[in-house]
Amino acid sequence: MGKIFIWVLFVLLFTLHQDIWWWDDASLVLGFMPVGLAFHAGFSIGCAILGWAAIKYAWPHELEHFAEEDSDKEGAI
Amino acid sequence: MTTLIVIVLYLCLLLGLGFFSSRLFRGTSKDYFVASHSIGPFLLLMSVFGTTMTAFALVGSTGKSFERGIGTYGLMASISGLVHAGIFFLIGIRLWAFGKKYGYITQIQFFRARFESDRLGYLLFPILVLLVIPYLLIGIIGAGKTIEPVTAGAFTEIFTNPTAPQWLGGIPPWLTGLVVSLVVLTYVFLGGSRGAAYANTFQTIVFMIMGVVAFVYIIDGLGGLEQAGKVPARINAKGVIVQDYQFNKQSGELIKNDPPKPIGRVLNTDNTDLTDKQPHLSRTPISVEFKKKNPKTGEISSFERELGIPFITFVSYFFIPLSVGMFPHLFQHWLTAKSAKAFRLTVIAHPLCIMVVWVPCVLVGAWASGVLPPGIPPPAVLSAMLNLLVGDPVLTGLLTAGVLAAIMSSLDSQFLCLGTIFTNDIVVHRAGSKKYSDKQVILIARVFIVVIVALTYVLAMWAKDANVFDLAVWCFSGFAALFPVVFAALYWKRATKEGAFASIIAALVTWVYFFHLSGYGGEMVIGPGIIPAAVCFGAAALAMIIVSLITKPPSEETLQKFFPQVKKL
Repeated sequence: MGKIFIWVLFVLLFTLHQDIWWWDDASLVLGFMPVGLAFHAGFSIGCAILGWAAIKYAWPHELEHFAEEDSDKEGAI
Repeated sequence: MTTLIVIVLYLCLLLGLGFFSSRLFRGTSKDYFVASHSIGPFLLLMSVFGTTMTAFALVGSTGKSFERGIGTYGLMASISGLVHAGIFFLIGIRLWAFGKKYGYITQIQFFRARFESDRLGYLLFPILVLLVIPYLLIGIIGAGKTIEPVTAGAFTEIFTNPTAPQWLGGIPPWLTGLVVSLVVLTYVFLGGSRGAAYANTFQTIVFMIMGVVAFVYIIDGLGGLEQAGKVPARINAKGVIVQDYQFNKQSGELIKNDPPKPIGRVLNTDNTDLTDKQPHLSRTPISVEFKKKNPKTGEISSFERELGIPFITFVSYFFIPLSVGMFPHLFQHWLTAKSAKAFRLTVIAHPLCIMVVWVPCVLVGAWASGVLPPGIPPPAVLSAMLNLLVGDPVLTGLLTAGVLAAIMSSLDSQFLCLGTIFTNDIVVHRAGSKKYSDKQVILIARVFIVVIVALTYVLAMWAKDANVFDLAVWCFSGFAALFPVVFAALYWKRATKEGAFASIIAALVTWVYFFHLSGYGGEMVIGPGIIPAAVCFGAAALAMIIVSLITKPPSEETLQKFFPQVKKL
């Protein structure tokens, strides 16, 4: 369930990234920030929140345990 | 001269850090290549972020925004925040787990085991080297282009043949490239991956702080935030592109041009309502013609440029950040992590770090359109803005050191990774692990790193006029085209050796074909604006799927090893 939730959020963010609604808009937010850039800066914060949610709800505990078990060391070193 | 002294002091400080980190070196090849899997969350974040941000992030993004406007951020930065973090989570942690479990220190070791093929390594090695080298070049070229303008006038009797007349006496790019290469070589040679991690962390902090400081001073030079927002070039009622302001260096003030200064004209657009629009503040595609003066002959000529971003190009740029999944130098950084938990901070903070660095650069690039001549080379925009607006030589030196920090924090990892894969995937792999002692293995890696640094320097001097942003995009396109190989290796049991070969060859052939069509490194789109990386990726993914399905599945032993049934991964 956690993984599905994270994937849904990922697809949602990817869709929001294609912000055609502000494509031609050069108006300024707070007098200096173009609205298209302000939206994408907010998008970056959204990505950080998604990362936090992925760690909380979809962390690969099994993989972590698998790696921490005795290692075979078959590589060059 | 003061600016130069500050830069030299910074480089000396970095060398000192290199000597310090070499004292922490444990003397084993495992420590040299992957820091004995001992790097914690903060160092991992800083080294991964510092590695992915290079001249491309500071110099390239400012230049691209100067050319195309604020769409540059969505095109490369915000999508990277999403895709990079996703890759660290889905690919990075999983590769770290297999590396830790089975002792891999290079990508090729993993692929050889997963696809049960030695030859795959011999195919992949030259391709990875071929793609990392342009990435190295952009660092050295970017450094050269940054230093010359800010040191202009320092040595007028020694350096008499500048790239542009106004930079007479500045440190020439060949000397900057040489010094930067030698500094990076020294601390990588001495400290290996631990040295690179410490140096990256220090340099990432420096360039993030200096980026913010530069931004604040540029805003101050433009007369405050609100005034800065009015500065970008504007289209008047006749379709002429004008600059409403100019910066007076004597008074240190921004003054209004009366009448506005014409710098170009709109050629064609679907949007007829452009009057009084500042095209750099939106993404509307507009073809324009600018005029530029040849700095050496004084001759005026015109050139065309497309402002804004076509929507289809914007969407297809999604494929570019997939490249981090196949960066060999990033793989090596992942392997240095102490535990899977060390990735957590990177997954969350990486998009925020991108924002902190890229938003100011993109804004500065858009603002520069209103005060700099349109014909200025895009990679020189950031230093030209610093030179124009920030008069203080100490501050200019510190800010330039910040740009160099961003560049060197990528160069070190790339040099180290090439030494690592050559030593482990070619020399030791062919000779057998018992033929060389641990010390000999480190020596081989160090010698190869010296050779690569020398080769890269020569190539950078040969390609010194290449566009940093476009060259980087080609490099990323190649790695992005290889992404289906790593994704299938980790998540698709049915992916076979033959499928991997077919996928790599499809990626290589399509990439070389488009690279050739682009004139070896120029900007290029296909059809309505699709970038070549999307087509290369599609061809590689299709080849992987079709060939894997018609060939024999991997052995049960390999599947058990990489897809354990007992523990659900």
